[in-house]
Amino acid sequence: MGLLNKKDAKLITDPFLDNNPVTVQVLGICSALAITAELKASIVMAIAVMAVLAIGNVVISLMRNIIPSKIRIIVQLVVVAALVIIVDLVLKAYAYELSKTLSVFVGLIITNCIIMGRFEAFALANSPYQSFLDGIGNAAGYGIILIIVGFFRELLGSGTLLGYKVLGDPIEKTGVYAFGYENNGFMLLAPMALIVLGIIIWVQRSRNTNLIEE
Amino acid sequence: MEKRTDKNSYTLLFAFIMVVIVGSVLAFAASSLKGKIDENKRIEKQQNILYAMGVNNNEEGSVEFVSKDIVAAEFSKYIKKQLIIQGDNVTEDDNAYLLDLKKEQTLSKDGNHKRRLPLFIGEKEGKTFYVAPIRGKGLWDAIWGYVAMDKNMVVQGVYFDHKGETPGLGANIKQRFFMDDFTGEEMMSGNSFKGISVAKGNNDPTNKDKTDHEVDAIAGATITGDGVSAMIKSELKLYVPYFKTLQ
Repeated sequence: MGLLNKKDAKLITDPFLDNNPVTVQVLGICSALAITAELKASIVMAIAVMAVLAIGNVVISLMRNIIPSKIRIIVQLVVVAALVIIVDLVLKAYAYELSKTLSVFVGLIITNCIIMGRFEAFALANSPYQSFLDGIGNAAGYGIILIIVGFFRELLGSGTLLGYKVLGDPIEKTGVYAFGYENNGFMLLAPMALIVLGIIIWVQRSRNTNLIEE
Repeated sequence: MEKRTDKNSYTLLFAFIMVVIVGSVLAFAASSLKGKIDENKRIEKQQNILYAMGVNNNEEGSVEFVSKDIVAAEFSKYIKKQLIIQGDNVTEDDNAYLLDLKKEQTLSKDGNHKRRLPLFIGEKEGKTFYVAPIRGKGLWDAIWGYVAMDKNMVVQGVYFDHKGETPGLGANIKQRFFMDDFTGEEMMSGNSFKGISVAKGNNDPTNKDKTDHEVDAIAGATITGDGVSAMIKSELKLYVPYFKTLQ
């Protein structure tokens, strides 16, 4: 890769697989539970977190030599909160429809532990460019899990994907419903997100045994 | 040796400067965008009211408002009268749709304030619609909506919206499959007000029975659904005396 040397590329690919923030570091679980009942919300959240994490990482990294260590957590919180609020205000003024879809996520983004975690663990000690890549990588790792969980919850819970009825109509009894298939309403509830997540972790660890703790 | 950034004086100074900078940036952003945001909210209200009385660009399954550019013209074309009802006193007010329901609800907790109720009278294809705004509580935050009725308080169309209900569950109150169920349901049972309940397992999932005062609930969204039932009951009840005068 021309733009990325090997070390930089690793910053992006690592969190995607072997150091995934959700399945390996077990961060950001709360939002992964809350919004994955449908695929669209998962995708929107993944994009929003990517924007906030990449920009926030750069801002924190630029400030890393002047932030007093005693109040660094508060500084990080202020940065991410201010960022999210400004983005929300701009969207409300210029893309009102989109901002309505996102409004639910604003609070969830601010309190997402992945964001604080990356600020604290990476951006405070690395250059802005590397922090930017780290932000993109971690948000992508988070996003892919959200999208997988959202895919299965929406498909099995509501029989739709992105709102389209891919399995037929449950009331008119068309498609697979004609054979007696029923939607599993349990998939829409938060506990099933944990179980789907558990299955992903299981698959991941059986493929890569290095991840299993002694 | 202590680092420069570890000193208490530095920490305090840093905190102070950061607060001032972030505070002014946020204040600047909020005040410079306020005009545009308010305009968007006003347009949205007009779109919502028109949506409830069936003036929209709906295609199968989707919720489509009339477009932003023509909403003002459509609004003045279809909405013939805007009323504010305060007890027996009914006045016309062209800005009734901007009345802040939340403020009215808070004010009316104090016994001295008689609640002002906005009502929009629209006409479409010879039919008269009475659109009332309602507001209540969902699971996480506020929910609100507009209910279009005929003069017997039979629902002709609704629009619901929410601030922060769970995506995929409570947030589905603004989906067609939920809102369309309300059309045709009756509010009044004989001479008394009964409202419409969002009911689970009501033996009528396709909602053929329009006189049962029930619509089918959304799985996994019990509290939001209860919130919808409660806001319909408590808010529309207040309009009953006015509708009785129409008979």
